[in-house]
Amino acid sequence: MNLKRKLLLLETFRTLVTIVIALLIGYIILFFSTDEPLNAFKWFLVGPVSKTRRFVEFLNQTTPLIFTGLAVSIVFQAEIFNIGAEGQMFMGAVGATFAALHFPSVPFLHPILVMIFAMFVGGLWASVPAVMKAKWRASELVSSLMMNYIAFFLGLYIVNYYMRDLRAGYLVSYKYPKTAWLPKLIHIRYNLHIGIAIALGFAILTWFFLYRTKYGYEIRMTGFNRGFAIFSGIKVENVEMYSQIISGMIAGLAGSIEMMGLYRRFVWQVSPGYGFDGIIVALLARNNPLGVIPAALLVGYMRTGAYIMGRLSGVAPEIVKMLQSMIILLITAEAFLGFMRRKIIEKEAMRMESGGA
Amino acid sequence: MNSVLRGILSTQFVYSILRVSTPLIFATLGALLSDVSGVINIALEGMMLMSAFWGVMVSAWTGSAWMGLLAGVVSSILLALALAYFHLNLKTDLILAGIALNIFSSGFTVSLLFMISGDKGSSASVKSYVLPRLNIPFLGKIPILGDMINNHHVLTYLAFLSVFLVQYLIYKTPLGLKMKAVGENPDAAQSVGVSVIRVKYIALILSGLMAGLGGAFLSMGYVSWFARDMTNGRGFIGLAAQALGGHSAIGGMLGALLFGFAEALSYTLQAIQLPSEITNMLPFIFTIVALIIYARSRLSKLHALR
Repeated sequence: MNLKRKLLLLETFRTLVTIVIALLIGYIILFFSTDEPLNAFKWFLVGPVSKTRRFVEFLNQTTPLIFTGLAVSIVFQAEIFNIGAEGQMFMGAVGATFAALHFPSVPFLHPILVMIFAMFVGGLWASVPAVMKAKWRASELVSSLMMNYIAFFLGLYIVNYYMRDLRAGYLVSYKYPKTAWLPKLIHIRYNLHIGIAIALGFAILTWFFLYRTKYGYEIRMTGFNRGFAIFSGIKVENVEMYSQIISGMIAGLAGSIEMMGLYRRFVWQVSPGYGFDGIIVALLARNNPLGVIPAALLVGYMRTGAYIMGRLSGVAPEIVKMLQSMIILLITAEAFLGFMRRKIIEKEAMRMESGGA
Repeated sequence: MNSVLRGILSTQFVYSILRVSTPLIFATLGALLSDVSGVINIALEGMMLMSAFWGVMVSAWTGSAWMGLLAGVVSSILLALALAYFHLNLKTDLILAGIALNIFSSGFTVSLLFMISGDKGSSASVKSYVLPRLNIPFLGKIPILGDMINNHHVLTYLAFLSVFLVQYLIYKTPLGLKMKAVGENPDAAQSVGVSVIRVKYIALILSGLMAGLGGAFLSMGYVSWFARDMTNGRGFIGLAAQALGGHSAIGGMLGALLFGFAEALSYTLQAIQLPSEITNMLPFIFTIVALIIYARSRLSKLHALR
């Protein structure tokens, strides 16, 4: 086994240990927050696979996480800290609602136009921090965070004042015409829409983009060593800009698929948090688009498990946020199990030395 | 339009700027103290939230607002210590650790709030206490100005006092000198015997202290309850204000006052029936515009130097 594979194995091991620790902490929290911690924990662990309906819920939860995970992976590969996927997705959903209600209701074409428009809006939203960074070297970290808040309030304003269905008792948009609904993936009673298939397709597409095209190469080079990228003639300012805009487009797309597939109208009253969970997905996947798929499945599973636990045992599902934060902390902690990494590298060095001599 | 102008030109408006700026000033000072030492504390948001939560809960249990304040500040400092430990000892990426702690605080406070009060939205059912306002007789006697600066919350006065304390700490004390040295060139600082890790620990603890005061103000002064995610980006706005002010506490305070102005303006505009969604955006749009103006001027200065 060569060094690279050993290190990959170690990373996988580290990820597993992290997840186990996070689950242990989860159990401890449950122990203090309910009289029946075991019961609650059981629903958290096996809830998503306990019924077909819940399994479908789990797959539908995973879909937006794949998209936001991909979006975050792209900017993180360029070493850009744009954490505006939350707002880009929100605006994507608002844009999708506009397009679904106003674009011509041509079957088949309609959802595609809606998706394109949502991507445009998401990209536009991401272009604000992107241009600020490229033109004036303003930190994308703070500006992308601010854009999340603006997206939330502006989105609610647009829906509330221009698309609100007054017949519904609460703040939602008009129902989309049937032509703008995403079809079901398979014929079952529950709504498993084709979003997950589109998401998987995008994961492969993003992998191809990052690892097989010139643009993707430039993104990775810029992130890997900015100085070297400049030296080898890559226009890093441009790379940093388009990586953010592409990322925003994918996040925007996520918003449209969520609305067309699941709700068929705009329903969000609070920001759904998929953008921030996308950060966890990207970290678990080590920013690899193909790794995003299992990572999103894991995070989606935890999310669904937490909701089911919340419904069946009365524990606040928000406790899953604490587990997620532990995962971020431990996975990015270089020194966590770092001694094992050192040992592997030392052994390899010794082997090479004795082999070479 | 007239009523807006009248609103802005009143003493009441200046009073409310100082009031809404209070948590922003604390957040800015928190951002400054860590930034000077080369640490970007993005977890300010979570620290403030944690402090706001414990302030309410402990004041309700003990019946004392001051105990609430103490608990809030301690909880915020504990989070700062966690950030320091993960970043400095376990080598976690600083920004991601900050994001993680923000997510943690949000989940922690909502879960506990639900457990204690059975409500996920706010702690309205918990009987908590607020810190007092101070009526300073000689301030009140000053015409016009008196109405603006007297009768504020005790933490508002502390916020402005802290601006000068922090400025003094950074520029006039050995600790401040060490913090700046560590921030500018950690290797050089280490080589002359300054413990970089220790200085960064201290900086983060002080940063957590400031965030804790700002968070406690939110739930024990600004309003008298805790609400889910009630910090609402104030920690991040503090980071932006600090960016505008550079390494000067007074500059940062001016930045915080600018965003405080935007927030106060948004309430005035709500009074004339402008949609709340629009007015709520104002402080954030202000922040974006201010960041652009600041970045442009810095860039042209850089070009002029060349």
